[in-house]
Amino acid sequence: MLDYCGTRSGPYCTKLMADLGAEVIHVEPPKTGDDARRSPPFPGDVSHPEKSGLFLFLNTNKLGITLNPRLPQGKEIFEKLARKVDVLVEDWPPGHMEELGLGYDDLRERNPGLVMASITPFGRSGPYKDYSAYPLNIAHVSGQANVLPLPSPDLERAPTMIGGNCTEYDPGQTAAVAILAALYSRAITGKGQLVEVSMQEAVLSMQRVEAVIPANGGDVSTRKGPETERLITVMFPCKDGHVVMVTPLQHQWEALMKLIGNTAWFEKKSSAKPPVRAEDPEAMIELIGSWMKKHTREEICSRAQALSCPISPISSSEDVVNSEQMKAREIFVDLEHPEAGRLRIPSAPYHFSKTPWMLERAAPLLGEHNRTIYCERLGFGSEELKALQEAGVI
Amino acid sequence: MDNGPLEGVRVTEFTSAWAGPYATCLLGFLGAEIIKVESRKRIDHARLVSFTTSTDFSNPDQSPVFNSLNLNKQSVCLNLTQPRAVEIAKQLISKSDVVVENMRPGVIGRLGLDYQAAREVKPDIIYLSSSSCGQTGPHREYVGYAPNFASAAGLSYVTGYPDWPPSILSGAIDLRSATAAAFSTLAALLCRQRTGEGQYIDLASQETIVMLNSNALMDYLMNQRVQTRRGNRDVCDRMAPHNCYRCRGDDNWISIAVANDREWRALCGAMGKPELAEDERFAEAETRWKHQEELDRIISDWSSDKDDYELMHELQRLGVAATPSLSNKALFQDPHLEERGTFVQVDHPLLKKDWVLSPPWKMSGTPPSIRRHAPSLGEHSQRIFQELLQMSAAEIETLKEEQVIY
Repeated sequence: MLDYCGTRSGPYCTKLMADLGAEVIHVEPPKTGDDARRSPPFPGDVSHPEKSGLFLFLNTNKLGITLNPRLPQGKEIFEKLARKVDVLVEDWPPGHMEELGLGYDDLRERNPGLVMASITPFGRSGPYKDYSAYPLNIAHVSGQANVLPLPSPDLERAPTMIGGNCTEYDPGQTAAVAILAALYSRAITGKGQLVEVSMQEAVLSMQRVEAVIPANGGDVSTRKGPETERLITVMFPCKDGHVVMVTPLQHQWEALMKLIGNTAWFEKKSSAKPPVRAEDPEAMIELIGSWMKKHTREEICSRAQALSCPISPISSSEDVVNSEQMKAREIFVDLEHPEAGRLRIPSAPYHFSKTPWMLERAAPLLGEHNRTIYCERLGFGSEELKALQEAGVI
Repeated sequence: MDNGPLEGVRVTEFTSAWAGPYATCLLGFLGAEIIKVESRKRIDHARLVSFTTSTDFSNPDQSPVFNSLNLNKQSVCLNLTQPRAVEIAKQLISKSDVVVENMRPGVIGRLGLDYQAAREVKPDIIYLSSSSCGQTGPHREYVGYAPNFASAAGLSYVTGYPDWPPSILSGAIDLRSATAAAFSTLAALLCRQRTGEGQYIDLASQETIVMLNSNALMDYLMNQRVQTRRGNRDVCDRMAPHNCYRCRGDDNWISIAVANDREWRALCGAMGKPELAEDERFAEAETRWKHQEELDRIISDWSSDKDDYELMHELQRLGVAATPSLSNKALFQDPHLEERGTFVQVDHPLLKKDWVLSPPWKMSGTPPSIRRHAPSLGEHSQRIFQELLQMSAAEIETLKEEQVIY
């Protein structure tokens, strides 16, 4: 697979493939490299092009080459590579690849089996197709901050996006599904195709249940949901942080009563019927909350879960890395990197019985695989390679 | 391949709620045939209740939540507490390429339908178990819905404002786990296509969400720093301004993100404050990041009496990344999404014309498709047991009476 990308969405897509054994060639601009190389976190907060935590995470298991397809020779080399690959993933603005003469229609002539994925902020058609958007803008224009009332219920303050790298990785993961499906059908028909993903639609799709509510005559979302009226999902402060309780089913509600131990009070105050559960939800939340405050997350969750009551801790990155569950499942693994040294990185969220996730190689140094790809695969000689380097092509 | 690239692939699923059903819904969009095994004995709660609106649905066939997550599927009823029903389920598996289940770890095994049992009737089966914490480890039996595993995965902790408690996240998190499940199932299917061998996939929803928080994790792993909530601030600590600013109206906001000097100068021009571009505090990305609270005040003062959509168009014309923060109603009315056909209506026997969202991809060769509404409970029992499993009408009738098909 060829990964020619400028955002984080395409590289996350190809990371998923590389992690499952695909040979992914990550194309970077000569000299400067991928922008992710300049992105924190860095060890000790010292910026270094080979030590970005973002770059190291996104490009594990990939090969890395440098190439400038804007130069005529670079374009020629890109075409040669595109002839040899099964998949090309790009996430440049619509029209960019066509301007370079490297659009799907150009490339499929020489490689009819090519599956090409194009990830753009708003898709390749429609009135906003040329609008630019960073993950923040995508989060908001997809309704993420507004449709889900819970992240930002104070109308005096701005709605907020989901934290982490969610919005930039969602479109990549979404694209990865269609790419594999296209490869599946290609094995039968021999034909490749163009897969188009709009980041806005990929993120909006995650809210597909909530997004259609007013279209179907339901209420328009407001950020201030009727939180105290419903006792399905509630967050409680406890002795050492917060926990989240989700009890939609009767037996879970009964388990909660057992956990709190004040069954008589509960029975008197709760209406059996979900989802409201209580005539006086605030009093109910106060009663549960006062019990939670006396216990730690670990005490609450282990006792609740023993009763099949879905209560979970709100965990920080530190809690996640040190969690017994994550340790048992080897979610964080050791990595040796020639510049960054010994590191730990996240592995993968699925365990395959026959073809398990493997750490084949650390993320590539800038241009690390130029020789492998250009000389061994494309047959360039050392002199040629040197000339291309001097011309700024690679 | 009129239905999509996975036409000819058959999936039997034993799933409920959101994360399991949407994984196979994605495969269904791509043309796979999905047979959902359900029972009146234990009705999928997505048929009964909306977590979002706290609505109870009087009829299990009338849930728009279920419709959105189970498009294109067929439904058969089997009461798996009866041995004969388990036998029939095995026959379905023997004619399938993929099995997906999302019961609490251990349950499907007790029913006699785990991977080992499935492999006996279909040696090259691909079998995916999706659970909150995975099939192994000390928390394997922990139950959890999306808000549970999003918080245990660390995402709630980093969502919200720095001076606020963490945020509860909801069903949209399930759909992220589902996307990872669809991806891994397809990877196994590709592998089978080449090697002829199936396999088992143990997917933990919690872990699929962990991966989406990689920056905070890498910062902890490299620097032992615990990142907390940062509102709308750039996760990579680079872009400023990078926030959501009040606009005219009740709860209207515009998100603006600036990555470089060119975009910054364009924004200053749009605000009619070219002098800001010369201001030392804001001259470079690094200094803008340091002074972003001042920037936020300046931009809010300017934006608060403007229309969010007009502002988007104006700023975008100048090359500044700006979008409104859309509500579900605004999404439905957005001209871009309308032209893209993002919202589509599906005919449904009880919901009539139900709006749903299109599949999240466009494909030039084998387009994904919505071919029909979600099935009513057991809608296809008769047809599938007769046509696929060659059972007689009389046998089916008896099994219904015995509450095997139930």
